Amino acid sequence: MHRFAKPSVFLKLTGAMMPWMVALTVILTVVGLYLALIGSPVDYQQGNTVRIMYIHVPAAWMGLFCYVGMALCGAMSLIWKHPLADICARATAPVGATFTALTLITGSLWGEPMWGTWWVWDARLTSMLILLFLYLGYIALVNAFDDPERGSKAGSALALVGVVNVPIVKFSVDWWNTLHQPASVARMDGPSIDPSMLAPLLIMAFAFTGYYFIILVLRVRLELNQRRIRALQLSGLFDERAAANGDDDALAYDQGHNAGAGK
Amino acid sequence: MNAFVAILRRDLRLALRQGADSVMVVAFFIVTTTLFPFGVGPEANILARIASGVIWVAALLAAMLSLERVFQTDYEDGTLELLTLSPVPLELLVLGKVCAHWLTTGLPLIIAAPVMAVMLNMDQDGFGTLMIAMLIGTPALSLIGAIGAALILGARRGGVLVSLLVLPLYIPVLIFGAGAVEAALLGISAQAQLQIMGAILLLSLAAAPFATAHAIRQAVE
Repeated sequence: MHRFAKPSVFLKLTGAMMPWMVALTVILTVVGLYLALIGSPVDYQQGNTVRIMYIHVPAAWMGLFCYVGMALCGAMSLIWKHPLADICARATAPVGATFTALTLITGSLWGEPMWGTWWVWDARLTSMLILLFLYLGYIALVNAFDDPERGSKAGSALALVGVVNVPIVKFSVDWWNTLHQPASVARMDGPSIDPSMLAPLLIMAFAFTGYYFIILVLRVRLELNQRRIRALQLSGLFDERAAANGDDDALAYDQGHNAGAGK
Repeated sequence: MNAFVAILRRDLRLALRQGADSVMVVAFFIVTTTLFPFGVGPEANILARIASGVIWVAALLAAMLSLERVFQTDYEDGTLELLTLSPVPLELLVLGKVCAHWLTTGLPLIIAAPVMAVMLNMDQDGFGTLMIAMLIGTPALSLIGAIGAALILGARRGGVLVSLLVLPLYIPVLIFGAGAVEAALLGISAQAQLQIMGAILLLSLAAAPFATAHAIRQAVE
């Protein structure tokens, strides 16, 4: 774990994995979308509206998944002071917020024909909205400091405090009488959803997960490269040659810069 | 324990000598509550229906607005730095400051709440539950709010930021606080809601001082 957290190792590793990840995600998305939009049966009650579920449910899972991931990265950055964990947490926040917003929007589009209303103040919907606010609060807090490191630390603490909301979202349909339907996939007695609908749902979930990791890696690489450029500019070594193959200088800076922060 | 009492007395004395702080919080609470009859209309039934929610929302906002002074002035003049250096656990000192904050904001709000309830035409059955619920709920607000107040130390536009951080975390207190009063008004026992509020208070009492102390240490680093 700690070995992979070194920026140079991370860049090399993700660089090699990237084409495979993209290929896998594209295949999953194409297959998933085909099954979801054409290949799966029409629901006997909901008609074609059921197809919104194939976006809505994976997006909701990812909204929660990203938050947990963000909080874990925050915890790792607080405990081991990994600079990469900081960057991962920062990079995850906007993606998670987008997934959460997507969940709320698709849910609203589904709710209008099915429940007859765009929005109800139901426990599941409300807790999801709070999740979105927590994401926005995190993003605002992280960017509110002149010193980015201080912003990351404050953000990590906030992300950890906000974790209390995650079980509330998950179990809100069990704890309260809600309009939102209860869990039908992650259940103790096995999924209660028909295999012909479960397959596209799971494929879409994997596609969304793949998309998240691609975006995460891209954002982390961007941040690392930006730091490298800044470091080179600061040390006055910024010329064409250094930009092309200045790995050693930049990594030396990376390590020197992070030395105070631990391993 | 001496340190706890000392910091509590210091903060209380500061608040009382400056005087205006507690009065401002109560004034804000009253003015905000007064806005609702203008916005919704003076019809007694509607006001009675929304009274518990309005009072809780106003209390939440009043508690939030007063958060800034918990750590901000001490941060600016360097007191906070000295407090972190002291051999006494910072968590204990944080708890002392939170207690002082509650005594100067939460307690006046509890006293002012029944007055506003009368003005909003709330049924008398709800008064007792409203005060008990606020007695359990407002310390939790101070504890949770302290985390936010500590996180924004040194941030740009901290005052606006704190609302975005703290209000989502206040929502459970609001839900069960208003729910308890609603139950009492309907003649049902409010015990379940009050117990959940007690759980929220205990949880925040256990966790908030540590999170706050951690945030302060980062701020003064």
